Amino acid sequence: MRLTRRAALQAAAAAPLASPFILPRNAVAQQKPSELRLGISTFLSGPASVFGVPGRNAADLIIEQFNSSGGIGGVPLRSVVIDEAPGVDFLLGECRRLAQNEGVDMMLASISSGSCLAVAPLAEQLRMPTILWDCGTQRIFEENSYRYSVRTQANAVPEIVAPLLYLMRVKPDFRTLAVVNQDYAWGRDSWAIWKAAMDAIKPGVRVVAELFPRFGATDFSTEITRLQALRPDVILSTSWGGELDTFVRQAAERRLFERSTFVLPLAESSLERVGRTLPEGVIVGARGDHWFLHPTARDGELLKNFTQSYRQRFNLYPIYPTFHMAQALYGMKAGYEKAIAANGGSWPSREQVMDTMRGLEFQHLTGTMKIRDDGQGLEPMLMGVTRHVEAYNFPVLDQMILYPPDLTMNPTGTKGLDWVRLLTPAAVQRAPAPIAYRA
Amino acid sequence: MTLLLLLAVLDGLAYAALVFMVAVGLTLVFGVLRVLNVAHGSFFAIGAYVAATLGTAAAATAAAPVLALPVLLIAAILVGGVLGPLVEKLLLSRIYVKDHVLQLLVTFALFMILEDVQKLIWGVQPIFQDAAVKALGPVEVGDIVYTRYQLFLLPGVAATTLVGLMWFLRRTLTGRVIVAVTQDREAATAMGIDAQRVYLLTFTFGTMLAALGGALASPTSSLVPGVGVNMIVLSFAVVATAGLGQIEGAALTALLIGLGRSVAVYFAPEFEVVIPYIIMVLVLLVRPYGIFGSPELRRV
Repeated sequence: MRLTRRAALQAAAAAPLASPFILPRNAVAQQKPSELRLGISTFLSGPASVFGVPGRNAADLIIEQFNSSGGIGGVPLRSVVIDEAPGVDFLLGECRRLAQNEGVDMMLASISSGSCLAVAPLAEQLRMPTILWDCGTQRIFEENSYRYSVRTQANAVPEIVAPLLYLMRVKPDFRTLAVVNQDYAWGRDSWAIWKAAMDAIKPGVRVVAELFPRFGATDFSTEITRLQALRPDVILSTSWGGELDTFVRQAAERRLFERSTFVLPLAESSLERVGRTLPEGVIVGARGDHWFLHPTARDGELLKNFTQSYRQRFNLYPIYPTFHMAQALYGMKAGYEKAIAANGGSWPSREQVMDTMRGLEFQHLTGTMKIRDDGQGLEPMLMGVTRHVEAYNFPVLDQMILYPPDLTMNPTGTKGLDWVRLLTPAAVQRAPAPIAYRA
Repeated sequence: MTLLLLLAVLDGLAYAALVFMVAVGLTLVFGVLRVLNVAHGSFFAIGAYVAATLGTAAAATAAAPVLALPVLLIAAILVGGVLGPLVEKLLLSRIYVKDHVLQLLVTFALFMILEDVQKLIWGVQPIFQDAAVKALGPVEVGDIVYTRYQLFLLPGVAATTLVGLMWFLRRTLTGRVIVAVTQDREAATAMGIDAQRVYLLTFTFGTMLAALGGALASPTSSLVPGVGVNMIVLSFAVVATAGLGQIEGAALTALLIGLGRSVAVYFAPEFEVVIPYIIMVLVLLVRPYGIFGSPELRRV
């Protein structure tokens, strides 16, 4: 083939445009940006804003703290927050806008499992580094492999297995159980995990009622009457937010707590709101290794300062979404810093950051956590039982157990729902010793 | 079995009472103004929030137990008395003669605005104020603990509202004037009735009923963003099933839905969520204009 002058000129002109696509991205030199833009999707409206707004508040606070100490690698952070309440289609449109128009460098998504299931594939298309900061579904990394997404928290499997193990420890002789969950994906999925695990660990428990009130229900009086008539040994509810508060109050007014042992895996987020209406002896979960009176981290400066700053600004104690947001931001910072160090001090590419985050172990407000090679975060599960103390006008957790991930989380390459069917009663005994609340 | 049915009926009555309180305002407004008011759900929510706020303030006083119940009524009067005339004068009076679609869009826009107003004022954290329930205390039926609030107060208020409304519309001059405007606005106006005033009065009263529904719901529910959405959807189902503008129909439908839902919780819990809509579909298949509704002749 003869090389003409025209062909040579065309090739020369096209080379600069083509090179980023021909060369591997991580081989392209990255310029240090003037700021690191974070897109954050969370619920700013609707019932789930009880989690979304505290998550956003935590992001504001921690980003300010990071920026006041030099940002990440000397680059300040700036957040753009979007509301995931209008639905998945809206959220995906917003994610595209953030990636393509706003020049966002990393996404922190989302609260709803449905949102995360949709955002992770989009992140692959857009090559957008994404941290799944709060959604619980275990399916994300079980059913697919993603390069651009990691999760900086546990998932639904340990969040449900840990309360079951705790119940088996404190009330091993229960024979009947009723469930009152919200009628949507989380309510149904969490019950499926619980039922499978319970059938494996303690076969023969009679489920006397499976009640799934409408999502957003404000009246549980019929369910409570039914439960009073049935008198189950245990009542499980994975509900959250206003619905959990309402259920707790209506149940307390009608003395249901006196008849059955309650297991409320998400109730840490409701303690301050329901106050002493929630009696002593209720089994409560925190969706992870965090609580503002965390048994091993409460005296650490990091947690104390955060709790103090958060209370000062928002007049509330931090609840689990604030800790999940903190985990995401601390994880992101650790990932970037490790990638910068590995890159000889130069700013890393997106791929370098995401590759570094797999296997990353990082410090957060209440301890350290690890991200598995499949992108799934591993953290202990804090469980406890409510106790009324003078220092707080709401219940605190007593007899706390931090269930390690190897007891509650399925290994890489397995499906959570299949794995819980293999659990044995021995798992109950393998738990660490409880830690009592101290004033 | 008999005991279970009795329990289901008691639960159903309390739920039906709340649903009726909201739906009756919606159906009254449609019956007179011919406007399907989506913002009715916001009036419910604001009534609940104001009642909880007043209840919290009252709880801090020495007279807390005495004030717990009156604040619910005061909240409804406040919300209805302020928001009702404001919305009617500024918005609705401009769209009475417009197409129903436009009316729906305007009231939907108002609903969205008021949703954000609620978040601005009360935030997003659940709010709960149960002084009224505590003031009345619990009562036992057999072995089952109920609250007097749920068992007596809610059905009592709903029954009083129904009877009072029927008496007002049929036995008082103002009520008859409202009925006259509902049946033929032009003829009523020709007879010297001030239709605009009737509209203002009716809308304000309808807003008060929605706010009263919210206020009555507030002692047993946590108030969160979106609390009005659920109630407006259910209210529309009640009003459509009853027949638009039918007050007795709203009462009967609310009762059907309340009982249907509680019976479902006892005997087929998986149908609890869909029972109101199954009832609606079944009724509308047989009677497309609702239980008490009738086809309306279009004026050419």
